Amino acid sequence: MTKDNAKPGSLLIKGGHLIDPAAKINASMDILLRDGRVAEIALPNKVRGGADEKFDARGLIVAPGFIDLHVHLREPGQGYKETIATGTAAAAAGGFTSVCTMPNTAPVVDTAEWVAWLRHPERGAVVNVFPIAAATRSSRGAALTDFAALQKAGAVAVTDDGKPILDDEVMRAALRLGAELNLPVVQHAEDTRLTESCSMHEGPTSFRLGLRGMSAAAEANVVERDVNLAQQIRESRLHVAHLSTSDALKAVRRGKRAKARVTCEVTPHHFTLLDQDVGEYNTDFKMNPPLRTAFDREAILVALADGTVDAIATDHAPHATHEKQVEFERAAFGITGLETALALAITKLHREHKIPLTRIVELFSAGPARVFDFHGRGSLVRGSFADVTIFDPKKRWTFEAAKSRSLSHNTPFDGWQFTGRVVATVVGGRVVYRAD
Amino acid sequence: MLHFSRGPIARNRPCRGLRWPRMMHGLPSYAMNKPARGSLLGIEHLEDKEILGLLKLARRMNPLKPRPLLRNKRIVLLFYEASTRTRSSFEIAAKSLGAITTLVQSSGSSIEKGESLLDTGYTLRALGADAIVIRHPAAGAPHLMAKHLDIPVINAGDGMHEHPSQALLDAFTILKHKKLFKGLQVAIIGDIFHSRVTRSNCHLLTRFGVKITLCGPPEFVPDVAATLVPGLRVTRHIEEALRGADVIMLLRLQKERLAGQKIRLQDYIARYQMTAARLKLARRDAIVMHPGPIIRGLELTAEIADGLQSVIIDEVHNSVPTRMAILARALGKAK
Repeated sequence: MTKDNAKPGSLLIKGGHLIDPAAKINASMDILLRDGRVAEIALPNKVRGGADEKFDARGLIVAPGFIDLHVHLREPGQGYKETIATGTAAAAAGGFTSVCTMPNTAPVVDTAEWVAWLRHPERGAVVNVFPIAAATRSSRGAALTDFAALQKAGAVAVTDDGKPILDDEVMRAALRLGAELNLPVVQHAEDTRLTESCSMHEGPTSFRLGLRGMSAAAEANVVERDVNLAQQIRESRLHVAHLSTSDALKAVRRGKRAKARVTCEVTPHHFTLLDQDVGEYNTDFKMNPPLRTAFDREAILVALADGTVDAIATDHAPHATHEKQVEFERAAFGITGLETALALAITKLHREHKIPLTRIVELFSAGPARVFDFHGRGSLVRGSFADVTIFDPKKRWTFEAAKSRSLSHNTPFDGWQFTGRVVATVVGGRVVYRAD
Repeated sequence: MLHFSRGPIARNRPCRGLRWPRMMHGLPSYAMNKPARGSLLGIEHLEDKEILGLLKLARRMNPLKPRPLLRNKRIVLLFYEASTRTRSSFEIAAKSLGAITTLVQSSGSSIEKGESLLDTGYTLRALGADAIVIRHPAAGAPHLMAKHLDIPVINAGDGMHEHPSQALLDAFTILKHKKLFKGLQVAIIGDIFHSRVTRSNCHLLTRFGVKITLCGPPEFVPDVAATLVPGLRVTRHIEEALRGADVIMLLRLQKERLAGQKIRLQDYIARYQMTAARLKLARRDAIVMHPGPIIRGLELTAEIADGLQSVIIDEVHNSVPTRMAILARALGKAK
């Protein structure tokens, strides 16, 4: 899957503190990587195998390679915003070893051919790319795509992301077919009949700014319907994308309690920012779903801590400057997020809200691995893929959008001071990113 | 199309202080600059003393006795939406101060060809505009312009957001009929949700101790409206709003906005039309205002529009000295 298929030499990561929630390890451990896999894990200095290269991880956390379930790499067709090469470079800089790409490209990725195209080494990916294919043809929300063929070609899930599947029968059919194939259906939960011409959350801020707003109900209604369907259809797998409201969380909890296979993800900007941060029509704070209220953010923080949220996913959505530097209601929805995700998680979730580092690592590794069944990933037991994220949880740094490896710089976090930074990212045993 | 309306021969002047977006690190440095001094983007972020200063300055402006404070300054009126009174009022105000005005309307211009707002701004700046007065259907459009230009931007109405010059001329008008703001009861009736005039008026009047009641059906006056500023209340009953009111502000009813709502036109008129009978509920010396254009038979009867308590024409009259003050302040000639 990565560009250079020649086998990397063996790498010994020593002196680091291993956090591997799936294996229940939270201790100083040395790790030997060989032939693209984890060859050995042992107490410090106890690794028996030899290594071509050593990585000094003293003072650092060593974790299973992070997995981002939701990124927009903009290929095919929108390479002026981002390419697989630049997007995965940004991912590596953010500590992500695997990314799942969304199909709302030009054209929409709704065939096995396009799925294969995305995975081809010629694309220049420096991390693992797992395509999510369209659930319906051209994501029009009507006729289902050929899930089996897409899955065979390498799709890890299906979605019409960017748009919801609103029709009850179509969603029912998608969940049924997904159940048969053990393929998750990812839903962008937005009742678009209620959100026409809306550009932010509906509340006092949108009223004051004179902008039409998207109500919380527009998200929650769809999640409730989907959870009901998931409960009715045995073995179906529903994953709620970029969940942003407290009411939607209630529905997810209900589904989990009923033992339906319902999972959800939350973005860093939704656990950090609020609707009022739009300020004076700053389009770097415009995304879909929009930033919400303090009440919603609080509910998200609780859900991140208590396990209701399965994964942190960035919804990395690069856009060109000319698409953002327009009137607020006309600006493209979305912000980048790959390079600020870990920093926000450590700074906000861990240091400010006291969520343990082990839980944070879980939200980036074991959690997402479980959502899409990434066998051999999300944990570093012997035999796992040699995908490792090494970070310094105490490093203070300032994020500069201009230095981002993404082609696009639409981020609200330019100039933010963070605690916690990626030091190195290892994919398939090869160091694909090293902080300078 | 550009209409030069005050002599075609302007002296060739270099564009001093022109700032183009520079390329840095391969990115245009669209640094978020502060709006230029003299800009008027809204009432919300003006200080009390700035508001009072403008009202004082407006009192000293007399359109019949032009003072060439802005002689040879180029003021571009950039109107993306139709307008009669606001546009003409700014134009006359500018000319009364000796300025050169140019009108750019979206229809018949390269805006129709898809030219972006910022490109339009850069173009006008390069043509020598000293200030831009902009009316635009999108909230925040003047703010976007102001962040990227080094000349003052004056908001002549941005979508549903604000219409600061209207609020100032309304305040000017109120003070001509009522001695003080403090303690006044104001009723604003109509489609508040879509009304930039209402937002600006609420921001301004509540600063100075005015109590405002917003009135209309839930579709037009959602409960969240009361959160706009402290000192607002919402009612669905016109009688409640009018009782004891010193000032009644009526808003235009756009019939298209009723389409698809639960309330029908006849119901709206029955419940919210301003009539002589309803006016009796207010104080005897209450004044009736309306930003215009008025539609007799819709939001108000002809009797009200043309009656003694209506100050609607006064508002229009006062708009010129108010806008003269705004322009003078914009170009640093507030004397």
